[in-house]
Amino acid sequence: MNALGELLLRSVFLDNLALSFFLGMCTFLAVSKRVDTALGVGLAVMCVQTVTVPVNNLIYNWLLAPGALAWAGLGQVDLSFLRLIAFIGVIAAMVQVLEMVLEFHLPRLYRALGIFLPLITVNCAILGGSLFMVERSYGFAESLVFGFGSGLGWALAIVMFAAIRERLKYADIPDGLQGLGINFIVAGIMSLGFLAFAGMGR
Amino acid sequence: MTGNYWRILTRPLIDENPLTLQILGICSALAVTTSLDTALLMSLVVTCVLALGNGAVSLIRNQLPHSVRIIVQITIIASLVIVVDQVLQAYAFELSKRLSVFVGLVITNCIVLGRAEGFAMHNGFTASVLDGIGNGLGYSLVLVLVGTIREFFGKGSLLNFQILVPVEQGGSFEPLQLMLLPPSAFFIIGGIIWYIRRRRPQQVEKPEFTLRESGESTP
Repeated sequence: MNALGELLLRSVFLDNLALSFFLGMCTFLAVSKRVDTALGVGLAVMCVQTVTVPVNNLIYNWLLAPGALAWAGLGQVDLSFLRLIAFIGVIAAMVQVLEMVLEFHLPRLYRALGIFLPLITVNCAILGGSLFMVERSYGFAESLVFGFGSGLGWALAIVMFAAIRERLKYADIPDGLQGLGINFIVAGIMSLGFLAFAGMGR
Repeated sequence: MTGNYWRILTRPLIDENPLTLQILGICSALAVTTSLDTALLMSLVVTCVLALGNGAVSLIRNQLPHSVRIIVQITIIASLVIVVDQVLQAYAFELSKRLSVFVGLVITNCIVLGRAEGFAMHNGFTASVLDGIGNGLGYSLVLVLVGTIREFFGKGSLLNFQILVPVEQGGSFEPLQLMLLPPSAFFIIGGIIWYIRRRRPQQVEKPEFTLRESGESTP
């Protein structure tokens, strides 16, 4: 139990997907103009991440990993090269489901997210989460915690970043740094801040 | 016509650089640049996938129903990436271990899908392949630059070849640990953007608010 709690904290702060692995950066920089849209995207990523990582974990461990098909009498088959296609398929399907659910139950959030919801399919944070799960060979419970934690960490980072950007609108920035340039610098400083959590993992 | 092709090839290098202007493909650019060799390998992978993916998408663009185009594009790209991944594991196992998940993440690299959707769907085969190569080179340019800066100042070496002797080995060079940590990549790319926009003022974004000069008063 303790190990799972540690993994949760680790995936939220120390191994923050956005600020220490640079995953989902395109969305991170593009959708963070206002706090409320950032919150929406953050929530959407969190939902998708919490569902896809455990599902991909099951698929990998029961279908794709070397020797995983032993239950079907095909112990020597190794399908792990198919994992990229399988994962991206699961992610695309999950995003589609989430889109339909949101459109039906939360039409306001659905409209606010607009084009960004389908774009979550190509958000590297989601695919990256699943690939890290394979690389670090997490079990089912661990992948559930990791999926939730890393999604939460990403959402936290983008909401904080959007809050800073809202303030930056009123700042007097040199011409060339205006827009994208200053965003990179701000993200760098936030990433420095998250480095301070490094002692926590031990 | 050749002049047109030349423009397609060179435009993405600086004027429409995918990283610094279009905000595409930033994730991998930041993560693999701690040393020059990984940056070079990643550039090669992305350029290959871009050129082949763009070519393939442009070949089937007239047969492709509008509603399923994204799925088909992703599947094409994913297949290409799987091939590249397998080749890397066969011939450059050490490097592909150091790139870890980032080879797989080329699938979700926005440059690849963005160019397939934005360019290859409307243009012929040759132009699409050239556009892929051009964008790949524009991406490589930034990657190699950042990789060079980070490896040189972080370890005093280039391509694992020691140039400055660090203090622990009796030299006079104190490695900058910060260069090997994530934040430095943000700062360097921010700086590169600043430099390009100083030289190309038409790329500067308009501020949402402008400060009023202190002398003026509201009417």
